[in-house]
Amino acid sequence: MPTNGAPTKITQGSQTKGGIGESTLRPDGTLKVTGEFAYSSDMWHEDMLWGQILRSTVAHAEIVSIDTSEALAMAGVYAVMTYDDLPTEVKNYGLEIQDTPVLAHGKVRHHGEPVAIVAADHPETARRAAAKIKVDYRELPVITDEASATAPDAILVHEGRDDHHIGHVPHPNIVHRQPILRGDAAAAAERADFVVKGEYTFGMQDQAFLGPESGLAVPDEDGGVHLYIATQWLHSDLKQIAPVLGLPESKVRMTLSGVGGAFGGREDLSMQIHACLLAMRTGKPVKIVYNRFESFFGHVHRHPAKLYYEHGATKDGKLTHVKCRIVLDGGAYASASPAVVGNASSLAIGPYVVDDVDIEAIALYTNNPPCGAMRGFGAVQACFAYEAQMDKLADAVGLDRVAFRQLNAMEQGTIMPTGQPVDSPAPVAELLRRVKAMPMPPERQWESSEGADVRQLPGGLSNTTHGEGVVRGVGYAVGIKNVGFSEGFDDYSTAKVRMEVIGGEPVATVHTAMAEVGQGGVTVHAQIARTELGVTQVTINPADTQVGSAGSTSASRQTYVTGGAVKNSCELVREKVLEIGRRKYGSYHPAWATAELLLEGGKVVTDGGEVLADLADVLEGETVEVEAEWRHRPTEAFDLRTGQGFGHVQYSFAAHRAVVEVDTELGLVKVIELACAQDVGKALNPLSVIGQIQGGTTQGLGVAVMEEIIVDPKTAKVRNPSFTDYLIPTILDTPTIPVDVLELADDHAPYGLRGIGEAPTLSSTPAVLAAIRNATGLELNRTPVRPEHLTGTA
Amino acid sequence: MDFLRPASWEEALAAKAEHPTAVPIAGGTDVMVEINFDHRRPEYLLDLNRIGDLTEWEVGEDSVRLGASVPYTRIMEHLRAELPGLALASHTVASPQIRNRGGVGGNLGTASPAGDAHPALLAAGAEVEVESAERGTRLIPIDEFYTGVKRNALAADELIRAVHIKKADGPQQYSKVGTRNAMVIAVCAFGLALHPETRTVRTGIGSAAPTPVRAKAAEEFLNAALEEGGFWDNGKIITPSVAKQFAELCSGACNPIDDVRGTASYRRHAVGVMARRTLTWTWESYRGTAARTEGVA
Amino acid sequence: MRVNFTVNGRPQEADDVWEGESLLYVLRERLGLPGSKNACEQGECGSCTVRLDGVPVCSCLVAAGQVEGREVVTVEGLADFAKQRAEHGGCASGACGTSLQDAQQWAAKGQDSQTGEGTELSPIQQAFIDAGAVQCGFCTPGLLVAADEMLENNPNPTDADIREALSGNLCRCTGYEKIMDAVRLAAARQGEAV
Repeated sequence: MPTNGAPTKITQGSQTKGGIGESTLRPDGTLKVTGEFAYSSDMWHEDMLWGQILRSTVAHAEIVSIDTSEALAMAGVYAVMTYDDLPTEVKNYGLEIQDTPVLAHGKVRHHGEPVAIVAADHPETARRAAAKIKVDYRELPVITDEASATAPDAILVHEGRDDHHIGHVPHPNIVHRQPILRGDAAAAAERADFVVKGEYTFGMQDQAFLGPESGLAVPDEDGGVHLYIATQWLHSDLKQIAPVLGLPESKVRMTLSGVGGAFGGREDLSMQIHACLLAMRTGKPVKIVYNRFESFFGHVHRHPAKLYYEHGATKDGKLTHVKCRIVLDGGAYASASPAVVGNASSLAIGPYVVDDVDIEAIALYTNNPPCGAMRGFGAVQACFAYEAQMDKLADAVGLDRVAFRQLNAMEQGTIMPTGQPVDSPAPVAELLRRVKAMPMPPERQWESSEGADVRQLPGGLSNTTHGEGVVRGVGYAVGIKNVGFSEGFDDYSTAKVRMEVIGGEPVATVHTAMAEVGQGGVTVHAQIARTELGVTQVTINPADTQVGSAGSTSASRQTYVTGGAVKNSCELVREKVLEIGRRKYGSYHPAWATAELLLEGGKVVTDGGEVLADLADVLEGETVEVEAEWRHRPTEAFDLRTGQGFGHVQYSFAAHRAVVEVDTELGLVKVIELACAQDVGKALNPLSVIGQIQGGTTQGLGVAVMEEIIVDPKTAKVRNPSFTDYLIPTILDTPTIPVDVLELADDHAPYGLRGIGEAPTLSSTPAVLAAIRNATGLELNRTPVRPEHLTGTA
Repeated sequence: MDFLRPASWEEALAAKAEHPTAVPIAGGTDVMVEINFDHRRPEYLLDLNRIGDLTEWEVGEDSVRLGASVPYTRIMEHLRAELPGLALASHTVASPQIRNRGGVGGNLGTASPAGDAHPALLAAGAEVEVESAERGTRLIPIDEFYTGVKRNALAADELIRAVHIKKADGPQQYSKVGTRNAMVIAVCAFGLALHPETRTVRTGIGSAAPTPVRAKAAEEFLNAALEEGGFWDNGKIITPSVAKQFAELCSGACNPIDDVRGTASYRRHAVGVMARRTLTWTWESYRGTAARTEGVA
Repeated sequence: MRVNFTVNGRPQEADDVWEGESLLYVLRERLGLPGSKNACEQGECGSCTVRLDGVPVCSCLVAAGQVEGREVVTVEGLADFAKQRAEHGGCASGACGTSLQDAQQWAAKGQDSQTGEGTELSPIQQAFIDAGAVQCGFCTPGLLVAADEMLENNPNPTDADIREALSGNLCRCTGYEKIMDAVRLAAARQGEAV
């Protein structure tokens, strides 16, 4: 309330409840706990049909013939479609390179590639019909690794490439190559007192989101189609879908359904086009739901990688140089491979100061399953290798492993290997200090008065040890991840914000196309609107293509970019509201013209706290609406020869300490604790921030000790496409995850925030590996590490 | 597909006689996976859920007659004293939800080498009670039950009604290796039972050969070593060299394969480790019991 | 075939059921109760957990024909089930559950409101929201049914008890820490209420 004397200056949002910085609860929480939240697989429509995809049973083959007649003749079958039934000249799609056939044309390039699609009145009818389609394959040799891909006589996975990478790759079976050269690594190597080399292998990880690919396509009366879908980026889907259907984008309407997790696995299309094709062919709504088996074939995986590193240091522990070569297996189609190469190369040495580097990263085309986006891509693989190297080198120099990292840690102002200065806080040494300072979990927690509690021992409920062979180990790791889309990509988002009076209350409505995949973007948008507009009531509209693109829910970017767009649109709305206020009430109080005005607690106030009007009165009879795009500062492409360039908009850092107990005789691991310290810039919602860090940490744990898609090197076929044999951590595999959150503002970003989703996935894996090495004394140069690797029985 | 819902055991036998291809379904934890994933389309599903006595058990003088559909959860909760090995094995089965539905009859019917109950049954000693409408009941010794990979001694018209498992007369243990700390299929498993009454040790190995097997040479070696050293009477600690050789013989009883869950070499190794550990645990328990008995006397 | 059974206290009838259909499919596609989730359909994730005659089971592994005459409680009926338990020490038949009419409204419509305000929740449901245990939410229904049953039988669980009881329910988003918090919170509130 206005007082006499010196006014207390307040800033926008500081007085409004439920704004940024508070742990407000999810707006979709109630629907999600009552089972009412409608996920894409929950969609149902009167008269709908079920779609089924027939997938290739071999990895690489020419298709000699396809006979659909028996399937078509089945009762209950409404449509069977193959390549020949595609409606337009556009028959491929892809995120960056349109190399992926909607349905196989003459050739299949990986196990599980879609060959034909069926619509029928019951899923079982559709499955039986698909099984009756006869496909005659003539098998071709499979390309499965760098040697077979780049052999002089190698079969080309894609003939006649005309994408924009073909000009700079050394072989057509290489999707993209990015060298990064800075200083003189060869000369610097001469100065090194210690040099360590290593070859590392990173296994193929799956996103394993719990809600399998699914959606419902409903034909519209105007000849278009309405797709209800779980995706990470509606507009990217739209751009790829519409041309194949032969429809203008305006006739393909897309609404985001509930998304059962994503983690990168929904960045590429899965069943979207297939459902639309069948709906348009039959004139009926078509629902497609993958089962878990099919889901393993229905999306791209994390690139498996081979990483070759050489690190050097002087005897006082300063890094001299890094040489490395990272070979990523992109599988049969490009997907996000070029971006993965960009991240792997530009972040290849980690958060350290090294002036002389020689880096090369490539992604291969092979006949293995296509690989693309997964949480932290490129950076995850590199972090596993460079952190193993840092431990080795610390040991060689004779320094404490954490101290060695701190000695070489980057900070604000450090120049990246790309020549880009790090122009916001980079508290790498501090994060390591914090994570190391956390109290250690007590030893032998599994001991109880009634004997050993196997649930707390390696092997868990399987009762393999009562303490025998169990050795504790501790490991540390730290990582660096870029935030947002890099390398010159026009990375923007759009937000439509409306303000009006409903039932006497000022209400804000936020409408974006942001895919809420569980991360809590919808929570944060409401918080931003409250902070910026001083209202309590915020409605978040469903995401759809009736509003401009929000970009992808990827790359730790949504709070930054769509959050930034919401903030920006709110600010524009606020200006308009104040204009209305000035028009209506300006003559009643001079402060309307002279003071800085804020919207707080449903009122227009001055920055001194004097109330000028109720928002409800200002907005009476008015609706203010703004739809605006917002983009972060531009980045630039990396030079194709030297890798130099201002490639990334922001960096994100996290450090982990892993404490494990290993049954050294059986090779079984129990992670006891995974402590994390992360700089988040500004925690818009602290509860959600911690949830993201713990979730990311656990995915890193998974690929450290159990998660791997196993591809037969002879046939390129996937051997474990199920939750029986692709294992993700259960609650008994997951330790306590204490989190220490640091908030050092990045002045370039909205509210100073930092993208947070991916960084914890990076350092978790190498920390666990380091702890296992510490417990066992083994070298362990691959992940995941399996019992046979710990017992010499691989 | 037809869904047969017999209301009684007799009706079930009649249905199985009439439709020998009918696939019995009780807990559904194997059959439904195969149906959901399109691996199997049986002509008939024969639902056994309505037959109440399949979920009952009787504790007799020497053995427990365990209904084929008694859920693992019940075995864990109610039969820990009588069937300690099987109770431990039950606790390693999949998840709580699966343990609430699945039973030993399903493990036996599927006869997967990875079935969790098998090593415990082999170690304890058991007979499988099967019945057909035409030929009535017969008891199949557990050692003769497993005939090949996912094959058993059941005739096409027979159903598994119960398992008669010897009540424990000494300590029993069970260990299973998986690459996850819960909800995991066995990479390999090992069951061991001490039978002080007969002064014998029995074993069972899972998932390390085409069928569940006993390590007979290991048992014979250990029986002889225990007898020779007077261990049953003097309750001494088993000498490390005996435990080591027992473990090696157990490894030797394996005939494993490399697959996505583990290498053959690891399975052999792990079975040896589990053999040594479970022997130690049971023997320590036996010595403890023997010592206490002596103390009382 | 036809299957008659009780869901969330209400008698239900499903017609033209294919013999290979699971209880999960019948609930989701025939009865308009999609709350139970179809994440793996092989009993390896727990997302489809329901109570069958009081016992938590994976509904994906129960053949539809096996539920004839039996009682099922799904996440949609959990709040009422818990309420009845609190009031009467068990779910009396008849009054609990989502109405069929409401449940079958699941057509392809955008949600116009995401708040779901005013809904009465069970203690475990409220605790999941309050503790931040919900992210994408796909594992949530199964976890709620499993956690609610655990607290029914073990009102003061240790951390190891909670982990064991929920070891059949996979979550890919949270790293389980907030789920642990939620169950501890529900147990503590339950303790206070007594």
